[in-house]
Formats: sequence, structure tokens, C-alpha cells
Amino acid sequence: MYLSLSDRPTTSAEPRQSGGRVSRTVVTLGIVSLLTDISSESVSAILPLYLTAVVGLSPVAYGLIDGLYQGVSSLVRIAAGWAADRTDRPQPVALAGYAMSAVARLGLIFAGGFGTISAAISLDRVGKGVRTAPRDAMIAASSDPAHLGRSFGVHRALDTIGATLGPLLAFVILWRIADGYDTVLVVSLGFAVLGVATMACFVPFRTGAVRRTAPRRGEPRPKVRWRTVLTPGLARVTGVSGVLALLTIGDGFVYLALLETGGFAAQWFPVLYVGTNLAYLALAVPMGRLADRVGRVKVLVLGHLPLAAAYLCAATGSGALWTTCAAVLLLGVFYAATDGTLAAVAGQLVPEEVRASGIATAQTAVALARLVAATGFGLLWYAVGPRIAMLAVCAVLLAAIPAGLAVMRRAVR
Amino acid sequence: MTTFWAKRRTAIFGAIVVLVTAGVTAYALSAIAENDRRTSRATEATTTSMTQIEKGPRILFRHTGRDADYGHVGAVALDDPGGARALTDLSCDRVYAQARSVSCLATEQGVVSRYRATDLATSTPGKAWREVDGTDLPGLPSRTRISPDGQLVSSTVFVNGDSYMVSGFSTRTLIRRVGGASYGDLEKFSLVVDGREVSPVDRNIWGITFADDDRTFYATVATGGRTYLARGDLTERSLTTVADHVECPSLSPDGTRIAFKEADKAGTRWTPAVLDLATGRRTVLAGETHSIDDQIEWLDDDTVLYGLEREGEPVDDVWALDTSASATPRVLIPEAASPAVLR
Repeated sequence: MYLSLSDRPTTSAEPRQSGGRVSRTVVTLGIVSLLTDISSESVSAILPLYLTAVVGLSPVAYGLIDGLYQGVSSLVRIAAGWAADRTDRPQPVALAGYAMSAVARLGLIFAGGFGTISAAISLDRVGKGVRTAPRDAMIAASSDPAHLGRSFGVHRALDTIGATLGPLLAFVILWRIADGYDTVLVVSLGFAVLGVATMACFVPFRTGAVRRTAPRRGEPRPKVRWRTVLTPGLARVTGVSGVLALLTIGDGFVYLALLETGGFAAQWFPVLYVGTNLAYLALAVPMGRLADRVGRVKVLVLGHLPLAAAYLCAATGSGALWTTCAAVLLLGVFYAATDGTLAAVAGQLVPEEVRASGIATAQTAVALARLVAATGFGLLWYAVGPRIAMLAVCAVLLAAIPAGLAVMRRAVR
Repeated sequence: MTTFWAKRRTAIFGAIVVLVTAGVTAYALSAIAENDRRTSRATEATTTSMTQIEKGPRILFRHTGRDADYGHVGAVALDDPGGARALTDLSCDRVYAQARSVSCLATEQGVVSRYRATDLATSTPGKAWREVDGTDLPGLPSRTRISPDGQLVSSTVFVNGDSYMVSGFSTRTLIRRVGGASYGDLEKFSLVVDGREVSPVDRNIWGITFADDDRTFYATVATGGRTYLARGDLTERSLTTVADHVECPSLSPDGTRIAFKEADKAGTRWTPAVLDLATGRRTVLAGETHSIDDQIEWLDDDTVLYGLEREGEPVDDVWALDTSASATPRVLIPEAASPAVLR
């Protein structure tokens, strides 16, 4: 089951580090993500307040913007993966993605109406979609295949630290400056610029490139064929992950179910996200190591068990505080076990010249399936009530996990 | 080029870090200084004592002048709304009052922001208002209303948590008896749309206005991308739509008309309008060319009030507008929002 692809020739431009230490590139990419997440999450935290209280949008208009927020990102992801592979230069593609988000921050400072704000937010999300797959391809290319899980763990841990610090920073500013929304936006822009600068200065242009030299003038660029990307292995991993994602209803619903059973007071809602983030960042590296040792596919699929357990906590919780804490932490375990691991597995199942496309394919399938899951679960919630809906999804998920494991095992053999 | 870049990139990065840090710090420090200056400045409006104002009919509002009293509840005499105002220490995002009851929705900013609804009772003129009831709110304050007899209070908030669901925005609207039981979430009331009982998953309810029988109210119901005016019944726990394309209704003092905001096609701009409940005749008050996002209040049976932000300045004013189609609006109370008329 162990996915060792070390028999593949390593032709990456940057020599991979082996053994003990995590590659410098991975740490640098992690710091870029940390800075960028401070930037984006500090704005996300104040956006509902800012749009309704300061810009004066009604909740309906805000709902439209929030929809944009969710949808746009997954659409561009595959295109960006394709562009990174086709040019054989993931670094500039990812850099462009980070730069777009920084420009979007600048736009948000000057935006005043519905049109300009939704444009700025879409640009930010497009940027996020553009950078994700090329960045993960660079992480894969810069890591020793035997320690790939740990590399992704390190990156996701740094990323999550940023996501936790961002809202905190926003609240400190708003606490000191009564309506300091502009200051939050300016500080956020500062962190975005620092992220872009770190990327441009310290992640070499050729990072993740498969070929040593750029194609000469006139020489045809490498073709990225769908057939090359969708190897039988990737098809199975994408399929299984997609099906499991259809049963991933989103943290919001789990928290809401806990709210319904009286597990906590409504104003503590944001703290739950922080709790999940903390569990995620604490466990990202250990889970990555575990994946390297016992098999990434196993951790990727079995990582959905804590999700099922979180559903169970939310569905059967009698309002006791410990069920709330358990559910919050279990969600963190789920993310730690699955998020980085998916990119690690997908990146290993395709030839390295189409790695970004391969990672993008698996991630897009999961993102879209989760959108469907959220909508579908919303319907189920109202039809049969939170408890039964949650238990039903939990049961199906528990049945899907061994089936998924069986299908994936075959993919790897 | 490549070697130049390799040699200089640390220096260039250092320069960027210094520039960004200096710029952001300078901005933040000037914002802090401006904030402190603003919050310690005395109001420019002429002031008077609450004892004076509370002797007669008055308009309660949220003071929006950028000064030490920003966000505090104030009041002016009904017959001299542009004149001297009395200011309290009570901070509210939204305020409303009827009879002897005041409803205040407020945000307590913090690492975890708390949202709170407080009910207060007024007694003899000038005497401090007494807190009689209150409850935590599950989100950002949006609307509040009190029934004419001061017994029922409603609150609408935006629920952040729900926005993680389907595609975003959600409201939660509650009706409580002041100092008594809550009628709970209005989404749990039975709903009849166009004569058919339905239970849509995407329903949202906001903007309550009370009739004077302690039982009937009106609200906006949104489902399937449409908005409706619904008549609610607290005894039967039901909502029945009576018109469509109506948001944030407000019943006139004589109970015959509903003032509301009418959305444009994109749903991002609103014009004030009035609906005659008996005839169903609508009058769009197109003399107001700004987009109005407020729950309208009635000054009298022929004039409506609403808050509106100044262009390019984060200060709201309360405007008055006649309910005839061609009337033009005028500023009634400068530096004010969230008006409530106490006759």
C-alpha cells in the first residue's frame, strides 16, 4: 500500500532534500501561506460587519457576495494547474495568484459599491484558485517522496497559524479603533504584499520545473493531455475523495447542530472555528508523518472517521460541553489527516510533468462535491431535522469509508 | 539579470519589508490618533436636558455625529426636530421606542463579539431609564420594533453562522414579550404563501412591524428568490403573505398603510414606497433618488422617516418625505439614524 515512487527519476531543477529536514522551499511556501492567510482571514472576519454596517449593503446583497466567495475559486483551479504544467513553471503561476489577491485587497480599500466590492472579492478568490495547485506541485517537487506527507503537514500547519492569527489581528484593531475597518484592510494589504515579496524573492523561479532548461524558441511546448493527467490511479483517488466529500457537510452545519442541542451560546460561534484551527495546526505535522509511515491513502480515507465521530457527537450530544469540544477537535483531526494528504497522494499518482494538473483535478472534485454536499444537507436538515440528518450522513459515511479504502487499495497496486 | 537578482534579492526583500511596515504602522498610528481625537471631542450639535425633551412628544434616535457621543441614544422634541437634542450614555446599533418601552440592540466588540438586546423602561421625564429585560442575540443587529402598547419587542439579526450554509445570508427574527416569554424564531411559524401552506428550506424573515391589537404583525418573508409582505398572528403562530415585492414593512399610525423599501431588479438598490392595505394601491416615492436601506418610520399619517448616510462622509441623517409620489425629501434631524417617534 505504501506509495513509494522513488524509482522514478528525479529530474526536478532543484535537488530534493532527503532524510531529516523539511525542504527550505516547503518552509518558505508555508511562510508565504501564513502571511497570505493573515491577510485574507483578517478581512474575512470583518467582511460581514464591514459590508452591512459600513458599506451599507443589505443582507441579500451580502448573500450574493458570499456565494461568489465560495464558487469562483474551484473553477479556475484546473486552468491554473494546466498552465503551470504547460509552461513547466509553477512558480510564476502561483506568484500571479498571490499577486491577484494582493491587488484585490487594494481594490477593497477603494471599493464603495456592490459592483466594485464583488469584483474585488471575485479577484481574491480567483487568485486563491490560481495559486493552490501550482504551490502544492512545488511542495511535492521539493520534497523527498518518502517524507511527502510531513512536508504537506508542515505547510498546512504554517498556513493554519496564519488563518488563526488573521481574525485575532482584526479584532485587536477593531478593539483599539472603534470602526477601524479601513485600518484592517490596510494591514491586510501589508501582509498580502509581504507574502508576494517572500514568494518572489525566496522561491526560485524554476521551483517545481521538471526540465532543466526552458524550451528553446520554436521548440514546441510540452502538451498537457487529459489522458496523461487522469491516470487510473488519479481517477480512483479523485472518485473516492469526491464521494467522501459528498458526505462532508461542512463545519458550519456541525456547529449549528451543536447550537441546536444547546452545547454553547450563540456568541461563541466564532471560537469553534478557532478551536478546529488549533487542532488542525497541532496535528498537521504528526498526521503527515503518520501518513508517510503507514500509507497516505490509508490516512486519507481513514481520516474521515474523526469526521463521522464529529457528526455523531453533534447528533447525539445532550448539550454537554465535552461533546462540543470533542466535535470541534475531531473536525481539526479530520482536516489534519486529509487536506495535505490529498495533494500528496494526487501529486504522486500522475507523471511529474502534469503534477499541478493532477493535484488541481483532485482538489477541484473535492471542492465542488463539498458545495453540493452543503446544499444537499441543507435540504435534508429541514426535511428530517438536524439529528436524523446528521445520523444518516454519519451512517453512509461509515459505510463509504471501507468501500473507499478497497477501491483505493486497488488503485495503488 | 539572474545573478543580479540572486545577489540583491535579500536587499530588495528587506526594502519591501521596511516600506510595508513603515507604511502600515504610520497608517495605523494616524487612525488611532484620529479615533482618540474623535471619541473625546464634544458634540457640535446644540444640546439640552432629557427632562426638557421627555415632557412632550419626541423623536428618539441614534446620534451619529463623529464625537464622544457617537452611537449614543438621543432625543429631540417632535415640534423642533432640528433643534437642541438630549443625549444619553446608552450605546445602541439600533434603537426603537413606543409607549414607555425602549429597545436597544448593541454590539459588544471583542475577540468574540457579543450582540445583545436590552429592553428599558422610561418613567418620569429626565429620570434614568431602567433596564427591565434583555437577551443575547445570535448575530449582527439589523432591525428592532416595539408594539404600540410597549408590550412586544422584535429583533432581526444577521446570523454569521448560517452564512456557512447554502450560499450565505440568513436572518433570524424573534418576537418577545417585554419581561416575559419569547415567541421564538419566526421561521418556525407556519407559512402560507399565495394561499398555499408551504415549508420552504430557504425561508428568511425580517423587519417586523406591529399592529395595535397585541397579536397581529407584518414582516418580510423571502423564499425562492422572492420577497413577500406577510401578515403574522402570534396566537396562531402563523404567517400569511398578502403582497409581494415588499421589504421592511412599517405600519402607519392609523393602521391603513404600509411603508416599505422596494428593491430594484438586481436587489441592490431600494426606493421607499407605500402600500394601501385596503386597496392594494402602491405609491413609489421616487422623489428619493438615493438607495434607502432602513426600516421606515412614520412621522405622522402622511410623512415617513428614514436614516441615510451622507455621500462621502460616514455620518447618517434622518430624512423626512411626504407620501405623495412627487414629494422631495428633506433632512429632519442631522447626525441621526434609527428614528422612533413617540407621540
